[in-house]
Amino acid sequence: MSGPNTSYDPVEVAALDPAQLEQAVTDALAAFDAARTLDELKAARAAHQGDKSPLALANREIGALPPSAKAEAGKRVGQARGKVGQALKERQAQLEAERDERILVEEAVDVTLPTDRQPLGRRHPVELMAQRVADLLVGMGWEIAEGPEIEAEWFNFDALNFDEDHPARQMQDTFYIAPEDSGLVLRTHTSPVQSRSLLERGVPLYVGAIGRVYRTDDLDATHMPAFHQIEGIAVDEGITMAHLKGTLDRLATELFGEGIITRLRPSFFPFTEPSAEMDLRCFVCRGADPDCRACSGTGWIEWGGCGMVNRNVLTAAGVDPDRYSGFAFGMGIDRALMFRSGVSDMRELIEGDVRFDAQFGLEV
Amino acid sequence: MRIPLDWLGEYVELPADVSGAAVAEALVRVGLEEEGLHGGEVTGPLVVGKVLTMEPEPQKNGKTINWCTVDVGNSADSAKGSDHQGIVCGAHNFGPGDLVVVALPGAELPGGFAISARKTYGHVSAGMICAADELGLPDDGSGGIIRLAERLPGVDLTPGQDAIPLLGLDGETVEINVTPDRGYCFSLRGVAREYGLSTGASFTDPALALTDAAPAANDVGHPVEVRDDAPLRDQVGCDRFVARVVRGIDVSAPTPAWMATRLTEAGMRPISLPVDVTNYVMLALGQPLHAYDLATIDGPIVVRRARPGEKLKTLDGNERSLFDEDLLITDGGERGLGIAGVMGGSDSEVTDSTTDVLIEGAHFDPITVARSARRHKLPSEASRRFERGVDPQLAPAAVELVVQLLVELGGGTVDAGVTDLNDVSGSEAIVFDPQLASRLVGIDYPDDQVADVLHRIGCTVETTGTRWRVTPPSWRPDLHTGPDLVEEVARTVGYEQIPSILPTPPGGRGLTHDQHARRIIANTLAARGFSEIWSAPFVSDERHAALGYPVEAARARTVSLVNPLSDEQPLMRISVLSTMVDALKRNVGRGVKDVALFELGLVVALEDEQRQAPTSPVGVLPAPELLEQIRAAVPPQPRHLGILMAGDAAHAGWWGKGRPADWSDAVDAVRSIAEALVIPLTVEADGDAMPFHPGRCAKLTLADGTLIGHAGELHPKVVQALGLPPRTVGAEVDLDALIAASGSPITSRPIANLPLASSDVALVVDAGVPAARVEAALRDGAGPLLESIALFDSYTGDQAGEGKKSLAYRMGFRSADKTLTTDEVNAARDSAVQAAAEATGAVQRV
Repeated sequence: MSGPNTSYDPVEVAALDPAQLEQAVTDALAAFDAARTLDELKAARAAHQGDKSPLALANREIGALPPSAKAEAGKRVGQARGKVGQALKERQAQLEAERDERILVEEAVDVTLPTDRQPLGRRHPVELMAQRVADLLVGMGWEIAEGPEIEAEWFNFDALNFDEDHPARQMQDTFYIAPEDSGLVLRTHTSPVQSRSLLERGVPLYVGAIGRVYRTDDLDATHMPAFHQIEGIAVDEGITMAHLKGTLDRLATELFGEGIITRLRPSFFPFTEPSAEMDLRCFVCRGADPDCRACSGTGWIEWGGCGMVNRNVLTAAGVDPDRYSGFAFGMGIDRALMFRSGVSDMRELIEGDVRFDAQFGLEV
Repeated sequence: MRIPLDWLGEYVELPADVSGAAVAEALVRVGLEEEGLHGGEVTGPLVVGKVLTMEPEPQKNGKTINWCTVDVGNSADSAKGSDHQGIVCGAHNFGPGDLVVVALPGAELPGGFAISARKTYGHVSAGMICAADELGLPDDGSGGIIRLAERLPGVDLTPGQDAIPLLGLDGETVEINVTPDRGYCFSLRGVAREYGLSTGASFTDPALALTDAAPAANDVGHPVEVRDDAPLRDQVGCDRFVARVVRGIDVSAPTPAWMATRLTEAGMRPISLPVDVTNYVMLALGQPLHAYDLATIDGPIVVRRARPGEKLKTLDGNERSLFDEDLLITDGGERGLGIAGVMGGSDSEVTDSTTDVLIEGAHFDPITVARSARRHKLPSEASRRFERGVDPQLAPAAVELVVQLLVELGGGTVDAGVTDLNDVSGSEAIVFDPQLASRLVGIDYPDDQVADVLHRIGCTVETTGTRWRVTPPSWRPDLHTGPDLVEEVARTVGYEQIPSILPTPPGGRGLTHDQHARRIIANTLAARGFSEIWSAPFVSDERHAALGYPVEAARARTVSLVNPLSDEQPLMRISVLSTMVDALKRNVGRGVKDVALFELGLVVALEDEQRQAPTSPVGVLPAPELLEQIRAAVPPQPRHLGILMAGDAAHAGWWGKGRPADWSDAVDAVRSIAEALVIPLTVEADGDAMPFHPGRCAKLTLADGTLIGHAGELHPKVVQALGLPPRTVGAEVDLDALIAASGSPITSRPIANLPLASSDVALVVDAGVPAARVEAALRDGAGPLLESIALFDSYTGDQAGEGKKSLAYRMGFRSADKTLTTDEVNAARDSAVQAAAEATGAVQRV
């Protein structure tokens, strides 16, 4: 390295020769351009911008110039270095962008591969159906009550006006708990929750009860020894059958869709008077096929029993039947699911085959 | 009950060409359930055939078919110039000489089953010999092919004769189901009345003319006495008994075809003239009747309760031990002639040699009849009617019709004596506010409309004042209260008139915490891969034994069924797992190898002796103590969660191997639901909790020590005994206990934002020291600066030393108000290690 030399003519110093500087810039730009990778660019940068590059050399030479020449030479070298620096930055950015793009391409995977390392489980569709009904009732301002499945005979029958000798009591296909005089049964319907709720909560009462009930039916495509019911009871001043119909219509519409045709038909139950069956228009034939298997050609499918709460049920629960009236209904949830989702064999509901649940997701 | 339309039309005006469907619709409207429509389904040549030959031909498939030639008269294919058809038949309950029903080619049977000549078993079978069910007819007891001579005794039958009218297949019938309150609809008379009520068609009560025609009672009839010394529920067993005698009957006289057809259409089998006549009148009017062979009756008829040890041979040939509540018809008070309203005795049965018969038309107490029919398991046409209520004023009319028919068709002569023992108390008047109908139904019924309906159903109505006096007709014993009459008004005017109005409840409190919590639990488990199932809760001692439960203790904890569906499953479950295992096996058996199941369900958890639940009469609020006794007798039934898992917990796939489910999946599933409900759980080893592996079972408790359940791997013996997949894991949790620990508002703490300082420690402890104890000690010792602790390695092997294990923890420390210095972090860590050393003998590895 040479020291300051006052007699030195800048134009005479080779490194500061404008032509040479320009050549150095041209060489640098060409080298950057030629670099195809970031590594090549790094090498080019060392050659043209590094300590031993012509421009670095020229920069150093400036110090040796007489002060009068320094400014001009400095400006010239500075411009040259600026040009090279800018070109390097641009090329660097360009190559980095190309690299990033390439990496993204290289990292691409087959997103159609299966992803089920940890499978999702399921809720039982009957439970989902029960939740749906519960949410509907709660939305209407009702509450949901529960009761035991092994139940006192008094709650299952007598409190509901099923006298010991009532023919309907014999029709219930009851499981009795041993010994014969235990006074206990497996509840044959969710209706005992009517009496329990009236006794525990008093009136006015708007309560739904959802749960499992039992009848002595052998398991086949249309019968189960255990199944699910939704019970509803409303007791208040001024309750009429029109309120019953309104509530059932709402449930039917929400569960089976707008436009579902319902009908009330006179029937008989010990715990209601007047009593009715609620029928739904046959989902399969819509009443058009006299040979329809789903509805036996009647055009209607029985959904459940209902009616105005019998006075004896109210008095057995300490409610004044002259002041209060009420309605009650009991529907099969399993049947509702079968209608709604076209399940044709009841056994699928109770067998616990995960493939049955899997069809439903977490929704019915 | 099957209603032949032409018969119905005799009592109520039917439109010409009315269809069964239209009649059914009218009946449904007023409360009779439609069970089906019959008739008109068989078309084409269906004829009487006489079997000439019958050659059994054994087949390769093990069956034997019969190659028959049948004389079908001139209905056969005349081109063949023969009256004889060759027919292949698979049934064997007939033989040469029998008269059968033959469906010839071209006939169509119910269900659109077309008959044609076809080649089968090496023959051309030109038609079909029919069984009752193939024609849509009720079984006639023949056990297969209809043998006409037995089905239609006394009816002239000729080969080739059209069998469709013979069997009543041309007439339409409507099958209805009669609810228990409508006993009177077990008759054409009752159904005709309902049809009139529904449509306004004119109804003629057939009983009116017969009552008028019946001679008055006199004292020269056969003597009848009722000696009921033990009435049930204060009701004398028999309050009406009409008896008349017809002599000189030809019991072999044929039942006329019109009557046989009607009986067949109504679903009954013609038997003999006297039986057919009593059945016919019962169907027509609803009065069960009995014909006794007068020659076998010795002395007056005495109606009394059965005596201890008394026996009676009934018409079905069974010798029955009687119950003291059974009401008997006896002669002279000694020999039993029948169980009243249920079934006659064989001693006094009408036989081929009978000439004189005594006709009984009585009214028996519904409860007496119902109990006898139930105890003897003898539901009969008579008992079905009596237990639902027979019109007590009907007997004279019904007996009159029987007498008329026996005289006319059997050539008999009626005695002048007429017995009519009549203690019937009339219907009680109901005090009725006519406005009740509007109040209960929600339709504004004018008073005169209410009165009109009540008149039309046969009531007597005194309409003076705001409270009417309504006396129901004798055939409506079901009407007792105002709401009963309201139903009559509502159904007659029509349920379809009822408007649809939503009630306006005062507003509820939403789901209970329990209900919410159960949804959270079920949804959490579903999100973690478990599928919800439910199973019938019936188990056995054998199942308990297979699960390793002590059988006696398990029995003491639960209740059993008097009438289980299967004698092999008489017990109610005490654990959900005990019934879930079947579903696991079913899935595996069907090829689903990786199964994760859960069930929420009730189990029985008797702590003490099972108590008897007292009862209390209907319509009465039990006294508080009694109500408490009823409630307390209901066994505790906590809700349990069961979990079962077998196969892989994480699937194998392109990413690598699957991960088999192990004990930790079961424990973690339970931990996850506790975490979802913010309930701290304590986990300890439990070496003695069946059905679990003694070395791989976690006992789960709440902070206060309450046991909430177990989770882990099932005991290998249980797996083997039940045939479960190896290494099946599971859990059984008392959800009620778990949920009870949740539900209070969660308190939030501020989240510290200053830097986290981590420090790792490796501790060597005896191999038997539970990791949970080490962690608890570390937490204890570390103090409030500790934010997190994670076990990232558990190592046993040479470097840990014999009988030792090394546990490596990463602890995270953070302060809410300053950045921690290295000294502070080290001090907290050292204090944690010190606490672990003291509590578990842990030595820090350096």
